[in-house]
Amino acid sequence: MTKKIVVVSAGLSVPSSTRLLADMLATASAAAVEARGIDVEVQHVELRGLAHALTDHLLTGFPTAELKAAIDAVRHADGVIAVTPVFSASYSGLFKTFFDVLEPGVLDGKPVLAAATAGTARHSLVLEHALRPLFAYLHAVVVPTGVFAATDDFAAAGSGADGDLHKRVERAAAEFATLLGPSAAAGPATAQRRLVEDEFEHPTDFAELLRRASDGPPAY
Amino acid sequence: MGMQFGIFTVGDVTTDPTTGRTPTEHERIKATVAIAKKAEEIGLDVFATGEHHNPPFIASNPTATLAYIGAQTEKIILSTSTTLITTTDPVLIAEDYAKIQHLLDGRVDLMMGRGNTGPVYPWFGKDIRQGINLAIENYALLRQLWTETNVDWKGRFRTPLQGYTSTPRPLDGVAPFVWHGSIRSPEIAEQAAYYGDGFFHNHIFWPAAHTEQMVRLYRERFAHYGHGTAEQAIVGLGGQFFMRKNSQDAINEFRPYFDNAPVYGHGPALEDFMEATPLTVGSPQQVIERTLSFREYVGDYQRQLFLVDHAGLPLKTVLEQLDLYGEILPTLRAEFEKLRAPGVPDAPTHASLVAKAGGATDTAIYGAGDDATGTSDRDTVLQGEL
Repeated sequence: MTKKIVVVSAGLSVPSSTRLLADMLATASAAAVEARGIDVEVQHVELRGLAHALTDHLLTGFPTAELKAAIDAVRHADGVIAVTPVFSASYSGLFKTFFDVLEPGVLDGKPVLAAATAGTARHSLVLEHALRPLFAYLHAVVVPTGVFAATDDFAAAGSGADGDLHKRVERAAAEFATLLGPSAAAGPATAQRRLVEDEFEHPTDFAELLRRASDGPPAY
Repeated sequence: MGMQFGIFTVGDVTTDPTTGRTPTEHERIKATVAIAKKAEEIGLDVFATGEHHNPPFIASNPTATLAYIGAQTEKIILSTSTTLITTTDPVLIAEDYAKIQHLLDGRVDLMMGRGNTGPVYPWFGKDIRQGINLAIENYALLRQLWTETNVDWKGRFRTPLQGYTSTPRPLDGVAPFVWHGSIRSPEIAEQAAYYGDGFFHNHIFWPAAHTEQMVRLYRERFAHYGHGTAEQAIVGLGGQFFMRKNSQDAINEFRPYFDNAPVYGHGPALEDFMEATPLTVGSPQQVIERTLSFREYVGDYQRQLFLVDHAGLPLKTVLEQLDLYGEILPTLRAEFEKLRAPGVPDAPTHASLVAKAGGATDTAIYGAGDDATGTSDRDTVLQGEL
């Protein structure tokens, strides 16, 4: 069995502290999954390169091939690590746009490790007041420990193998790995909505569509 | 007849970005009629109009529009693109289009669509979240009204019917052919397949892979429901072109309209959108080649409609586009005919549907006595009581 982790990060500068945190989480998560004897495959989705395509998607209603590949990666992921810089006390617009264009149901029951970076520790509750509600709405299973890193956390005193940031990353990765399985093989943690893709693969018979159409109290 | 070619309009009132001028509703309505008459003049098979109930569109009341156009044309099939099966009472659709069938001697068919403008639904007492369910229940009733008299019906979305007969009965006892249009709802492809009706994919604004997926599902399910082979399913496609003799002239002239267009304007570059979607801006030869390529991913199909009159293009330009369309039409017909596999059916017409039904029948009810007393109003009148 191979677990597929997709890392969505919305840093804008190159290199960015957001991508740096994303890499730390990806490495720690991969190690935590492998420690359970499970193979792991990590794929990065950098939203900066998809910024134009995301805006076009909002306007045209369909993704470019590159954006579609990113969306499909998330759709087929066993778990998602989502990392955003804090802009105006919340996730960035670019980060939100990516989750806005996902078909409802794509994240149903999927473990999501939420993380954020900011210039100051005053933004640390952004995980609780912005990211967690977003992913709760999307029916993801959010890892109990989120990871917030202010610029100071990357300073020598806080970094390194026994630094605070490193410990939080390790804890979050361990929780993420637990949610990923192997118990997850028995099925997702929550009910999953039917996606359009499912309908193409296994169309609902018309008799059932007809039954459903009129199933309910009068609406006139 | 082979493949049908035509145009479809959404009836948008859009400012011409090159002049800043916005046509009045009156001008746009009259332009729509002029475009439809031109479509017949250049030898097109189909003119279809959309239905909208909100600004900036003039496409409300498609039945009056089609009847008016029908009175001024002789051969062209008039259709809808689409009829809002969700928010329009199927009882009225049954009556209106059977009436137009009679007035136009069968030169009419319909394309069912749901409409994607949220507020329109509550204006008509409906809920967009029930869109699929509305489309399915309403259409089932519509079919029943066209095929049966004295209908007793009870459903979820309209008041029940007792002993209702839609009048006039469909011309020659044969209902207008119906296409179901949907961009991304597999349920509608399933619906079209179940009934053996046509499936129309808007095609424009979307990548080919998406259209391919929808049409493939429809074809597979058409065969599943026993209407014939997948290749015999009835498929229609939209398309969008802008032509000039010189392809660079076409691009230069169309670009401001593209950049400011409703739906996709202010988004991707024209060149990227041309690559991603069926939009073809270029020479007549380029339009021919691109159009012929559609069948490579949807198979041999029956109806090709182009959108030519949107985004603020002035009437004069639209009529010029139709002249060019008329010039490439013989080539399109001939080339598609050459490529078409044996056994692929033509698009159904009133005549072909009557023939398939074994001839015309008259299902009208002429003042028969009522079931309880055996008397009719006429008896009462004759007795001097009315």
